[in-house]
Amino acid sequence: MSKPAVEMSKPLDDREKAAKITAGDVRTASRLIRNLEDRLPTAKTTLKHIFLHTGRAHVIGITGSPGAGKSTIADALIASYRKLGKTVGVLAVDPTSPFTGGAILGDRIRMQRHAEDPGVFIRSLATRGSLGGLSHAVGDAIHVLDAMGKDIILIETVGTGQQEVEIINHAHTVVVLLVPGMGDEIQAMKAGIMEIADIFVINKADREGARQLHGIISAMLDLAREFPGGWRPPILEVENFFEPVSFLDRIAILQESVDRHYQLMAGSELLEDRLKRKSILELNEALRAALIEPVMHDLVREGEFAGMISRIMKKEADPYSLAEEIAARYFKAKTAGKTQVARLA
Amino acid sequence: MVEQGKIRIMVAKPGLDGHDRGARILSRYFRDAGFEVIYTGCHQTPEQIAAAAVQEDVDLVGLSCLSGAHRFLFPRVVELLRQQGAGDIVVIAGGIIPEDDFPFLHQAGIKAIFTPGASLESIVDWIKENVKTGSGNE
Amino acid sequence: MPFSKETLIISRELTEQWEKEVASAIKDNPDQKTRFTTQSDFEIKRLYTPQDIENLDFARDIGVPGVFPYLRGNQITGYRSKYWTFRMFSGMGSARDTNQRWHLLLREGNTGLSTAFDFPTLMGYDTGSPKARGECGKCGVAIDTLEDMMTLVAGIPLDQVTTSMTINPPATVLWSMYIAAAQAGGVPATKIGGTIQNDMLKEFIAQKTFMCPPEPSVKLISDTIEFGTKYVPRWNPISISGYHIREAGSTAIQELAFTLRDGIEYVEDVIRRKGLDVDEFAPRLSFFFNSHIDFFEEICKMRAARRMWAKIMRDRFKAKNPRSLWMRFHTQTAGCSLTAQQPLNNITRTTIEALAAVLGGTQSLHTNSFDEVLCLPSEAAATIALRTQQIIAEESGAANTIDPLAGSYFIESLTNEMEEQAWKYIEKIDQMGGMIEAIKRGYPQQEIADAAYNFQLQLDSREKIQVGVNKYLAREEEKIPLQQIDEQVEEEQIKRLNEVRRRRDWKAVKTSLLELKDVCKRGDNVMPTCIEAVKNLASIQEICDVYREVYGEYRDPGLY
Repeated sequence: MSKPAVEMSKPLDDREKAAKITAGDVRTASRLIRNLEDRLPTAKTTLKHIFLHTGRAHVIGITGSPGAGKSTIADALIASYRKLGKTVGVLAVDPTSPFTGGAILGDRIRMQRHAEDPGVFIRSLATRGSLGGLSHAVGDAIHVLDAMGKDIILIETVGTGQQEVEIINHAHTVVVLLVPGMGDEIQAMKAGIMEIADIFVINKADREGARQLHGIISAMLDLAREFPGGWRPPILEVENFFEPVSFLDRIAILQESVDRHYQLMAGSELLEDRLKRKSILELNEALRAALIEPVMHDLVREGEFAGMISRIMKKEADPYSLAEEIAARYFKAKTAGKTQVARLA
Repeated sequence: MVEQGKIRIMVAKPGLDGHDRGARILSRYFRDAGFEVIYTGCHQTPEQIAAAAVQEDVDLVGLSCLSGAHRFLFPRVVELLRQQGAGDIVVIAGGIIPEDDFPFLHQAGIKAIFTPGASLESIVDWIKENVKTGSGNE
Repeated sequence: MPFSKETLIISRELTEQWEKEVASAIKDNPDQKTRFTTQSDFEIKRLYTPQDIENLDFARDIGVPGVFPYLRGNQITGYRSKYWTFRMFSGMGSARDTNQRWHLLLREGNTGLSTAFDFPTLMGYDTGSPKARGECGKCGVAIDTLEDMMTLVAGIPLDQVTTSMTINPPATVLWSMYIAAAQAGGVPATKIGGTIQNDMLKEFIAQKTFMCPPEPSVKLISDTIEFGTKYVPRWNPISISGYHIREAGSTAIQELAFTLRDGIEYVEDVIRRKGLDVDEFAPRLSFFFNSHIDFFEEICKMRAARRMWAKIMRDRFKAKNPRSLWMRFHTQTAGCSLTAQQPLNNITRTTIEALAAVLGGTQSLHTNSFDEVLCLPSEAAATIALRTQQIIAEESGAANTIDPLAGSYFIESLTNEMEEQAWKYIEKIDQMGGMIEAIKRGYPQQEIADAAYNFQLQLDSREKIQVGVNKYLAREEEKIPLQQIDEQVEEEQIKRLNEVRRRRDWKAVKTSLLELKDVCKRGDNVMPTCIEAVKNLASIQEICDVYREVYGEYRDPGLY
């Protein structure tokens, strides 16, 4: 693929851009995130230069069903961490409409009071077809915020599907929000959510059914889990949104709990486990981009791809043999064993 | 694979008036037109709007004001964007704005002004014609 | 049943015959549209007949004025002894500018005053606040301290003229200033009359002029109702408003339902929090509706509103005093129906809307000026708007007889249908646990957003027509002279405020603000302390900052 024409007038090279980002420049960072979302190859190149500056931030995932209050909790956590003098980056993900490709990114409005605080960077992302409750760019965007020097990175998931477990690949601490009387009792029992939660928060706990919800989660924890590192996910309750005093107290408890979880992880092999998982995924993803995408690109450009699809449809060929053929062609200099590896990627 | 860059828009309400009917309808229509839309909510200062626009890396800011304070608020947003190196973000405006104020606002950097009665489609058409996604620019 | 068996049989036969003829006629001359709907998208039939109201009971459902169910009005004499109050909303620039406009309006035949405040005042900020830059005097009058209020009402006989104040989050402050200004002029609180809008629920639902969260906001309202009941008996401490709900794009039925449900919420809170008997305060509750462009829909909405409120008060709250059952309401023609294109057409729109309000039996009316979609009304435009009311009252004959459309098949049927639909909304909100809970869930906000979006799409597709906007466009728009607000007003207002700050007794201000804070924390009635504070020349923001500190600030949740 030819490089975009604007590259010609590009004032900064990757090293300069990386320097600006590590110095905390908002404009450069937000543009890089945009280019990552748009999957511009140059964006990945820039990423190379900042990757080694990452790994310092505490990444916190916030997930839960729509209307559970994720943005409001995120907003309160920002305030809480800012009081401690920590800088905060936020990535808030909202769904892309499958019909129009458009999206209303509605989380920021609840955190907008922090817009002017230079210690806070909030970025809204659309899913753009990604499943799993996040945007494909989330992993890389975390690196950008991390390289900017943010101490805390909050990731707010979409909150629509049941399959929002991808957050576990990115966050050190996952906070799961549940609301009584919204069918969350059932949600909680579904596989996935129980496994990824490091902390449960029952929001709007003044509502009917809060006690019951608490009981269900507690019982499920008793039944289903062993607790790595001895961390039994606490079940916190947040009262009424509209009584700010008690709400803030509860948020302080949540924030302490989040921090305790991180300390526990850092003091054991748990943090390393998550880092390892993320690294495997990242290498996997990078290999895919480096190996498969160029091949696909060639095939499409040469018109071969369409031909192969048509042969598969007519049952003149099977996809497995075609893939082996292509792999053999690209890796002809390699041994048969290594071709195997390429195919697995 | 490079995805087609999406146009990102911020709909913002500077000033103290809460008449957000137009802003909310537009946000929804922009989504249906395939844009990515961020709405700031009511009662925003120009400082909050500019900071958010830069963080969100939007291509366009649409300002809506019905209180009559547009002569102060709109130019201030443009000025702040320029100060933050984001003068390339297109700023358009809507609301109750007397025609006599148009030259002043255009001079101040407001690229287009849509007053009551403008169809949603005409606004989207204007954007498609005049705004290119900033993706790829540095 | 209002019709005999024979009438219904004949009606049915004739209607069936007619329907057949219609079916064949529209083959050659098809209807211009596939759906014929009200402004609110409520589908209307081609013809209404006795069958549409065959279950109607005259005494139970219609009756006569001044008697339950009050469908036909509270006043037994109708408009013959007294027209509705001609109450023109006005306010601009400084207190002195507005005071001059008020004296003019009274000379021109206005019978009540109505105050528009600028946005800093509406939001509880001083003119000098960084949030208030550029706003001073733009949309109404700027009031920072008691001294501004005294300038505003200078020369107005406050024991004779009633004043309405469109003020919500800082209503306690502005009302305190008005009470204090009257006292300073020798008129005791028991003698003053007027209204503060003071309806916060509709702000969360629609207009977005908010300060504190819903619960403490409602608590402050209950304070004013309690205080008014005891010490300012001629005052309406609240105007429960559908106007802004409609302006935000709701349907007529949503306006009706949400407004009445808001009313229920306030009554419940006063009873629960203050322990007052419903009949002690219910007679002073007032309402405020929009009169939109769909003539019949508006008339039916207002009739249904009266009947529903009477039922609510009698059945839900067991009110005994007939006056508790009265729904007294002010009406304003629909600002959102006006067009910037060919603005003189707005005079026609406003006339239709005003006539609907009169036929709907309003007690008080504001008619919009034709230039309001472009700027604050000019004097000439405001005069035409007032004259519109006077023409309806004095020339049209509309005021001769009470509820002249009663008994119409269409009118009674539509009134019933709107009432029925509104009850459904009210039940739904009851099931959610009340209006505050519904607001937290974003329910009314979302319903209105959907209706507004739908209407806009209908305009874009020309399913709905606005003359001069999407049909009958002018080749060239005529320019009309616009009212300008001097940019100097802000500077001068800040200077005035600073001057008051220098001059006042700072210790007294501080003491009363600390006392107010304690009162808020204890949950006592804020009014006496608030009056003390304004007398000491505490500014509006100084007082509201106490509320913000104790109660917290509400932020726009953003629903589309």
